[in-house]
Amino acid sequence: MNAVALPRALLALYLAAFFLFLFGPLLVMAVTAFNISAYPQVLPFAGFTLHWFADLPRDDDLMLGLGNSLRIGAMVVVLSVPLGLAGALLMHQVHARARALYYLVTVSPVLTPGIIIGIATVIFWRDLTGMTHTRFLYDGILLTVLGQSSFIAAYCMLIFTARLQRFDPALAEAALDLGASRTQVFAHILLPFLRPAVLSAAALAFLSSFENYNTTTFSILADKTLTTVLAGRVRQGTTPALSALAVAIVAVSVLGAVAYEVLRRHEEGRRAAAQRVAREAERQEMQSAAQPA
Amino acid sequence: MNSALLHPVVLLLPIAVIVAFWLIAAVERRLRGTVQPGFFRRNGAAVGTYLIVAVGIWMLLLILLPQVSMLELSFRPKLPPVQMGGPRDMYTLANYRYFLFGSPDDASHWNVLHLRAFFLTITVSILVTGFDFLLCYPLAFHMAQTARPGRVRLLLLALIAPYWVNEVLRAFALRILFAGSGLLNTALLGLGAIAQPVDFLGLNIGLYVGLSYAYLLLMIFPLYSAIESLPHEQIEAARDLGAPWWRIHRDIVVPFAKPGIASGCTLVFMLSAGALATPLILSGPRSLWFTPVVYDRFYQAFNWPQGAAYAFILLLTCVAFVLMVLRLSRLSLGEMTR
Repeated sequence: MNAVALPRALLALYLAAFFLFLFGPLLVMAVTAFNISAYPQVLPFAGFTLHWFADLPRDDDLMLGLGNSLRIGAMVVVLSVPLGLAGALLMHQVHARARALYYLVTVSPVLTPGIIIGIATVIFWRDLTGMTHTRFLYDGILLTVLGQSSFIAAYCMLIFTARLQRFDPALAEAALDLGASRTQVFAHILLPFLRPAVLSAAALAFLSSFENYNTTTFSILADKTLTTVLAGRVRQGTTPALSALAVAIVAVSVLGAVAYEVLRRHEEGRRAAAQRVAREAERQEMQSAAQPA
Repeated sequence: MNSALLHPVVLLLPIAVIVAFWLIAAVERRLRGTVQPGFFRRNGAAVGTYLIVAVGIWMLLLILLPQVSMLELSFRPKLPPVQMGGPRDMYTLANYRYFLFGSPDDASHWNVLHLRAFFLTITVSILVTGFDFLLCYPLAFHMAQTARPGRVRLLLLALIAPYWVNEVLRAFALRILFAGSGLLNTALLGLGAIAQPVDFLGLNIGLYVGLSYAYLLLMIFPLYSAIESLPHEQIEAARDLGAPWWRIHRDIVVPFAKPGIASGCTLVFMLSAGALATPLILSGPRSLWFTPVVYDRFYQAFNWPQGAAYAFILLLTCVAFVLMVLRLSRLSLGEMTR
């Protein structure tokens, strides 16, 4: 047996403890969502109920917050994916002397605490909209989209940078030699190559936006999102309705993740099949070219 | 100095820096007479414009200008809107003095309440980071070096799954567990280990566990990907040469995984020190985390300049921590965020 690895029993014990720590609290919460008891608890289990779930859609604040969260998430995707892509594409074109600084500035939002991003966003836009007499732009939802995008665009940039490292510049050069314009190369070669990265960046952007609290709590001003409503509720006191909501969110996320995985597999399968067909066609062509007519 | 004069200048500063870099690059190109095509020839007009506009908006409007205006505001006094830009709107250090002494001009007493919250936050965040590292390292090593691929996929999935639940609800889950009549107290009472329910939340045990719990994933992934790229043969060679297990970790795995360790520790520290939801939900009434203090400057004291100063102090602390980690591990920022 591997001497560097932990002894088997110790490893099993450690893994069990680790995942108990990771899942235990969530399982406890899930159980409380189905307990009749008005205070979220596992024991005594007073009886099974679904009425905490049934109450959720009637909760106006929660539904308003959910609507705003979805809207903000969609806007963040639309804003931060193109910003991150531009950031990644410009990375290697920045003058060598400025590259370290460029990298530092674009990655800095990832290393800045979220509340500071929220605070800075609010201060700057209050100032700017005041100076330019555009106070109508000083809006919680808009500010939240801007604040969240500053660091979510950096996540997207890191995803694109990783994918771009595997891009073969010869492809673009070949297209240019064949008379394509720069814009055509971008649209027909680079973007299709980046497609998987675009999809994962969009998914990551939406999820990070949807669950963000630290930046949002400042930048949302008088509006509310699902997370800020939740945080307010939890601080006021705990009810099983919150457990029910958590269970519902997890269920939806799991469905989403499964759907995404199925789509991805499907796409991969389709691409592999197309490649097989192309390779077969090429082989036959070579054969028929090699054989004298 | 009066801020009415300097305020626009400060906001134009980042733009000036970018223009300066652009000019240096242009002049250098002219001097060298390089054959490389210009930016717009290289990218095409449409894509070139998109790149410049997008990165310009991102860097200036979303990153630099907000930070600069926060810093600028932190040096201004709190004034009613009418007096802003007026004669009393002079740059001052009063907000920073308040953080240290609890009063803008009297320096005889320390601001114990806020300083204690600040140092408590830093200390606990460092301890949480250390704890998370110790907890995650064996699992990361196991996944990266000794587990079979099928098992690794399963473990990865199990690690990511809890993070589909958002931060607020994860803290809520711990609150249910640690409550006075929660499962933990019920179980301990049932086992006879304790006679009275323990006030886990009031003692801040809930907070410490919650913070360690919240950012585990951000420790394990950098560690895992760093250790995974270590060739298996190196470990085998060391073992064949008779190295004991602890020397293999100390002299081979840890030095090799240094960038991953550094980025995991930086992320966990930064997120803990800047955490807001977890301390709001899980800390006891007597504890004071620093971020709620900052929050209250804005929305309870309504003193935005002071809040900006407090936020900047927190930011400086995080920068100092990143620099310290880089110095200790002798890495560059680029190597760390790979």
